[in-house]
Amino acid sequence: MKFINYLESIAGIEIFPLISLLVFSLFFIALIFYVIKADKKYIEHMQQIPFEQESQNK
Amino acid sequence: MEQEKFYYDNKIVKLFAYATIFWGLIGMTVGLLAALQLVFPALNFNWAPTTFGRVRPVHTNAVIFAFVGNGIFTGVYYSLQRLCKARMFSDKLSKIHFWGWQLIIVFAALTLFAGFTTSKEYAELEWPLDIAITLIWVVFGWNMFGTILQRRERHLYVAIWFYIATFVTVAVLHIVNSLEIPVSFLKSYSLYAGVQDALVQWWYGHNAVAFFLTTPYLGLMYYFIPKAAERPVYSYRLSIIHFWALIFLYIWAGPHHLLYTALPDWAQSLGVVFSIMLLAPSWGGMINGLLTLRGAWDKVRESVELKFLVVAVTAYGMATFEGPMLSLKNVNAIAHYTDWIVAHVHVGALGWNGFLTFGMLYWLYPKLFGRALYSQKLANFHFWIATIGILFYAIPMYWAGFTQSLMWKEFTAEGFLKYPNFLETVTKLAPLYALRSLGGVLYLAGFVVMIYNLIKTAQLGQPVTDEEAYAAPLTKEYLPHSKDHWHRVIERKPIQMLVWSLVVILIGGIIEMVPTFLIQSNVPTIASVKPYTPLELQGRDIYVREGCYTCHSQMIRPFRSETERYGEYSKAGEFVYDHPFQWGSKRTGPDLARIGGKYPDSWHFNHMEDPTTMSPGSIMPAYPWLIDDVLDVNSTPAKIRVMQTLGVPYPAGFDQIAVKHLTEQATKISQGLKKDGIEVKEDSEIIALIAYLQRLGTDIKAEKTAQN
Ligand code: HEC
Repeated sequence: MKFINYLESIAGIEIFPLISLLVFSLFFIALIFYVIKADKKYIEHMQQIPFEQESQNK
Repeated sequence: MEQEKFYYDNKIVKLFAYATIFWGLIGMTVGLLAALQLVFPALNFNWAPTTFGRVRPVHTNAVIFAFVGNGIFTGVYYSLQRLCKARMFSDKLSKIHFWGWQLIIVFAALTLFAGFTTSKEYAELEWPLDIAITLIWVVFGWNMFGTILQRRERHLYVAIWFYIATFVTVAVLHIVNSLEIPVSFLKSYSLYAGVQDALVQWWYGHNAVAFFLTTPYLGLMYYFIPKAAERPVYSYRLSIIHFWALIFLYIWAGPHHLLYTALPDWAQSLGVVFSIMLLAPSWGGMINGLLTLRGAWDKVRESVELKFLVVAVTAYGMATFEGPMLSLKNVNAIAHYTDWIVAHVHVGALGWNGFLTFGMLYWLYPKLFGRALYSQKLANFHFWIATIGILFYAIPMYWAGFTQSLMWKEFTAEGFLKYPNFLETVTKLAPLYALRSLGGVLYLAGFVVMIYNLIKTAQLGQPVTDEEAYAAPLTKEYLPHSKDHWHRVIERKPIQMLVWSLVVILIGGIIEMVPTFLIQSNVPTIASVKPYTPLELQGRDIYVREGCYTCHSQMIRPFRSETERYGEYSKAGEFVYDHPFQWGSKRTGPDLARIGGKYPDSWHFNHMEDPTTMSPGSIMPAYPWLIDDVLDVNSTPAKIRVMQTLGVPYPAGFDQIAVKHLTEQATKISQGLKKDGIEVKEDSEIIALIAYLQRLGTDIKAEKTAQN
């Protein structure tokens, strides 16, 4: 029987999942970094947006 | 700064709310019918439009796109206006969006009942409707972005990011998965075949769950929970992480629907890894939602809408815990194709989407009609009966899933299958299916009580159609907070937000799919796998039309329990001419990948006419009309030509002789049947279906004999 799974024979395909993981990890680290650095006043303002129906816009 | 006076458009919100309720009732009732059909096959009514294979797609499409779809629009049209401090961009676009969507739903239901389907789950609609959906979706996006651009609040609240990501991603998913070549006005063939078609379909299918049932509802969660609890979201920082990590990860996870199939291993592993990682942002979101209520649990006791919202978020947490578990290969080996998956999706659909919608409606109606809810008591009743309904639904389905899976896999001491007759594993489930239907009845009863309560509220109230509001316009020059934060920059600029969301989801989609596509030209097909004959092709289209894939898989996994039962496991090369693929996702009936040659033609004839004659106690619907209905052979040349366009190697000019070829094969089959004492016209549809069934999986048997 010669039914090997031909799709698996792409050269170097194992690298794909690794690249994906790396891309996500970098993305995630950058994300955490910036979120921690976020300005407190800004965060407070954002949280209040649903509640300031008629309030003045700064 | 001068305040401007403007009006929120509540009318459009109301219309969408009505549609949500109306389609919810229909979609769930149809679901109940499907559930009951598995207990009482007589409820298929011996009529094509009411057989399970057609009812099930109507149910799934109705609850996803009609009930939840309108639920999304209700919530978005209400919250977007408030979060932007602006009326919707254009009343006309709102109206086109609303009526366009409802019209699509009506045509969707009609065409699905009539058997026009692509057979790609949750994307069954045929090409004219696909185009209509694209247009109306653009109208929705246009209206949304118009509103955002006219906003009086500089920053985009997290809910809006979820709406934007939903908009872009659904557009991409819908277009990529719907690429098909029309054969006629209501028939088309998928551009992709076999493994590729499966990969695209489940990239879509998984992300339809992600970006239609989840991200927009998370947006609603981030708006309505704080509103109902009257306190801001627990951690806005967490919501930023939740958003980006979720949309980044979700898009990769599709292959977990195809574990142990003929999909290449690396793609399966990719799907598993990203599915497991998804747990983190999902739970981050759930915790964020629940902790918003910290210190306000007394309120939850009093407010029925909060009760619904809390259970919704809890169900979200349960479903998103279970999802990654189900994508572990060893768990998946047990759960896939069984009712476990049905239980899983219903925890999500009934718990998360259903309860969030109910919570939102109970909160919204008093606002829209300027009076308190008609009856708190009835709403509480709804809450309890619906909760019990979910339990009665989910527990028997989990039970059924385990039971059946164990029975499929059990061997005797001598090494034979303990339950070689598949039907035994089905009849065993009947009481569980009955209990599940009872769960559905309870849930639906609660829904009806809600409708009454909401109608009463509306009748006794004064509709607030255009709600007055004040806000200052945005100034041109913007004074940043102390130091400008990168995220604030994106989020001040909605178009950038859209572009970034698009980039993030495309990375996943591209890495997942490009390799499989690049090698299309060098997939050496298995030499003995040949294109379908014209008659088989027609038979295949009948198989698609009747929705046989809703109960039958065509994908044998490489387990001993499956190869013993069904034969040689399925190979990627066997599906290269399958536009669309028919791997299926649920085995209510046995796998059919190698049904060819298992039984004589006469067996299939009798079985299709009335399954119980050949398999006493079968719950498969009867298809007697296939014997009376005449096959439309005139469509054959066009079908062959489209297949040729798609790269199926029929010889040039074959379309011209296809009908002759078809008739010859049909004559042979009907003569064979005659020998067995069955008189049937050779142009009847059942002949084509039998030809197709007898072909399934036989190509590689031919290869084996050739080699021996
Ligand atoms: C409601 C679910 C359901 C639908 C829809 C359905 N089937 Fe079935 N099918 C079953 C069940 C259950 C069995 C096993 C019992 C039996 O043999 O009838 C079965 C058995 C079969 C078998 C025999 C398989 C074997 O190995 O013994 C064939 C062939 C078959 N179905 C073909 C079809 C075709 C073709 C369609 C569409 C026209 C279809 N089925 C639609 C549930 C379904």
